[in-house]
Amino acid sequence: MLEIVKAVPIDYFVYLCTVLFVIGVLGVIVRRNAIVVLMCIELMLNAVNLLLAAFSTYLSDAQGQIMVFFIMVVAAAEAAVGLGILVMIYRNTKSTDISMLDNLKW
Amino acid sequence: MILSIFLALSVISIITALLMVITRNPVHSVLYLILTFFVIAALYILLNAQFLAVVHLIVYAGAIMVLFLFVLMLLNLSKDTEPQKSVAWRWSAAATSGMLLVVLTGALRGGIQLAEGNPPNGQVGLVENLGKVLFTDYVVPFEIAGILFLAAMVGSVLVGKRDLNI
Repeated sequence: MLEIVKAVPIDYFVYLCTVLFVIGVLGVIVRRNAIVVLMCIELMLNAVNLLLAAFSTYLSDAQGQIMVFFIMVVAAAEAAVGLGILVMIYRNTKSTDISMLDNLKW
Repeated sequence: MILSIFLALSVISIITALLMVITRNPVHSVLYLILTFFVIAALYILLNAQFLAVVHLIVYAGAIMVLFLFVLMLLNLSKDTEPQKSVAWRWSAAATSGMLLVVLTGALRGGIQLAEGNPPNGQVGLVENLGKVLFTDYVVPFEIAGILFLAAMVGSVLVGKRDLNI
């Protein structure tokens, strides 16, 4: 029997991950620098990862941690491509301000 | 004891995440996010998910954040060039995310019943068990993840090229 399962209720993990996720959402809304917006998305992904790992440990089921592993894979690929696109945008517009990127806005 | 460690780590992670959002300088944002990732790795260790903790440190703090920092320095972004939203926008964003927090915690409060499964033994997070599951049940998704990485690699090289005359 793992000690943390007795000491910390799963609800605490849910609350912590909710707060981290909401902070990520706040960053996406509030910041205008596209790189920081990408970082806030990483924070949201991490909140979900932590919750998946917590449930995986509490239920003694390995599938949650496998899912976290795949989310990390996709996040790494996303960060690489996203930063490549950002560098290209910076070359064309000389800024990473997301409110300048509204050419597709109706 | 474990509860107090968990609470301390939670408070530190929330504070560093908030600082990441609040601070004006993008480089400071990256550094605070790296701190947050270290605290999350400590939480993984607390959950006895050792493999995830190590992979998290290597992938996030080691690779992704260095990539972010590298791009920030390459583009020479700093506090002076950081665009700012208006004050009204910031207040409404804070109100919106506060309401989201209230809704999420209200929806999840007290409603979590863990299914009666195996008793938690702390062995699932070890490399041995995860490797067995990953290379038997999840071997096809694993290979597809490899293809995804190849596609991402080719894609980012292609996107980053200055002229597309291949």
